[in-house]
Amino acid sequence: MRKYWIPLTWIVFSILILIPLAVLATGAFDKGTSGFIAALSRPEARHALMMTGLIVLVVTILNGLFGIMMGIYLVRGTWLSRRVRQLFNSIVDLPYAVSPVIGGLMIVLLLGPDTVIGTFFEQIGFKVVYAFPGMVIATLFVTFPLMVREVMPVLQELGNDQEEAASTLGAYSWTTFWKVTWPSIRWAVIYGTILTVARSLGEFGAVLVVSGNIINKTQTATTLVYQDMENFNVTAANGVALVLAIFSVGLLLLMERAKKRKGVH
Amino acid sequence: MNRTLLRHKGWTWGFRSTVLLYFLLLIVLPIAGVYVNSFSEGWAAFVQNISDPIAWKAVLLTLKLALIATVINVLIGTMSAWVLVRYDFAGKSLLNSIVDLPFALPTAVGGLMILVLLGPNSWMGKLADTLGFQFVFHQPAIIIAMVFVTFPFVIRAIQPLLEEMDHSAEEASYTLGASKRDTFFRVILPSMSPGIISGAMLAFSRALAEFGAVVLVAGNIPGRTLTASVYIFGEVESDNEAGAAAISVILLTLSFLILWLINAVQTRRTR
Repeated sequence: MRKYWIPLTWIVFSILILIPLAVLATGAFDKGTSGFIAALSRPEARHALMMTGLIVLVVTILNGLFGIMMGIYLVRGTWLSRRVRQLFNSIVDLPYAVSPVIGGLMIVLLLGPDTVIGTFFEQIGFKVVYAFPGMVIATLFVTFPLMVREVMPVLQELGNDQEEAASTLGAYSWTTFWKVTWPSIRWAVIYGTILTVARSLGEFGAVLVVSGNIINKTQTATTLVYQDMENFNVTAANGVALVLAIFSVGLLLLMERAKKRKGVH
Repeated sequence: MNRTLLRHKGWTWGFRSTVLLYFLLLIVLPIAGVYVNSFSEGWAAFVQNISDPIAWKAVLLTLKLALIATVINVLIGTMSAWVLVRYDFAGKSLLNSIVDLPFALPTAVGGLMILVLLGPNSWMGKLADTLGFQFVFHQPAIIIAMVFVTFPFVIRAIQPLLEEMDHSAEEASYTLGASKRDTFFRVILPSMSPGIISGAMLAFSRALAEFGAVVLVAGNIPGRTLTASVYIFGEVESDNEAGAAAISVILLTLSFLILWLINAVQTRRTR
């Protein structure tokens, strides 16, 4: 049997992943290197890549910090009753089940220009939807579970003997955190960070709905790819997509390295 | 003085409230908002929104295509997981690393790759065209996009089960004279099945929700190639937020049910 299965697996992987990647890479250069450079040096492309970078930065920091804390509270937070923690625990996963477009729609329904909160922010001169803050909120929503779900299993496996020992011996909560908890969850946090970066880099549906995809204003790299494709500007779309794909492959390689060190030591 | 201030109980309290507030405002409030919004004009308006034939046809089409994509993924995913765990061959670690690529790659890029590979200007597209068959802007392309995006789920769900599997049961089966086929269906498949089920459910719910890859390759013709998420996007674009919210509620409730089922299956397994 193995005679057939191994080649068949190669065929599946080639058709689904390897060949499309190769076609994308050649497509970006179908007008030569100059075509690729021209696609990326368009002002809208540079602006879109900058927007994506900013979103990734803000989202990773916010969801990184709050995700770690939420993970710790859900495992260790004895000040919350067991019931409440179980309920919150199942709510954390909900963004996974929400289509990105619906995630974007939620933000529009809640903070859009026709809503109470939206009008309030507009009056104090602060635009949320069709602007940067809305795009960040949409991406925060979509990526929230990633860090929590990486930190929690490590804390659960670890148990809290060491932490209790530390605090019994008189260490304050910050000291306990830095000296005892942090070293053991460090690789899970790194892994969670990489996942969050990858997901926010590639977020498309939610951002498209919330941003309105306004060129040179709220356009991100992924929504630019979409617009280039709608305008039949295939080479340009391929160029921007190739940059995104290179980042994704890089993050995937980092993930491979982090995965090996992630577990409890 | 400074240190006692830093250790004040109020800090802990404030910190905890901030984290919980962030969680509630970011996750719970928006989801509740969609449900409230779609029923804000009463049941009648909700029913009217979902009984629009374009809307319910989009939901049915999405269910059908997601189901086909899931079946394909169960077949190729089970095979790939089996090969990646049980056999040694050149390039094994490469294949094992690129399994996750569809997760890491932006979905819009995934859609673009399919479009470039199978589109009307590619040789594959031209070949299919001369055979009187079209991929892109038709249902096959949507299925391919869904298969691509959900490819890792089944594989990653089965792999750990196969790695942990006790070889003695399999060996006993052979020793007792069972054929390879019997051993596979009676011994190996049952131990893989929890992984296949939870992987398939995850893949199905992800395929239902998929937007980025689908919007690029689908023709978005109502009733034929318009999926639910693309329909919702269109309704938002044309400022019919109530209609979008109604279909979102249907899709969300379906996804939440699947998520709940996955959890039920997993807790039963660990018990």
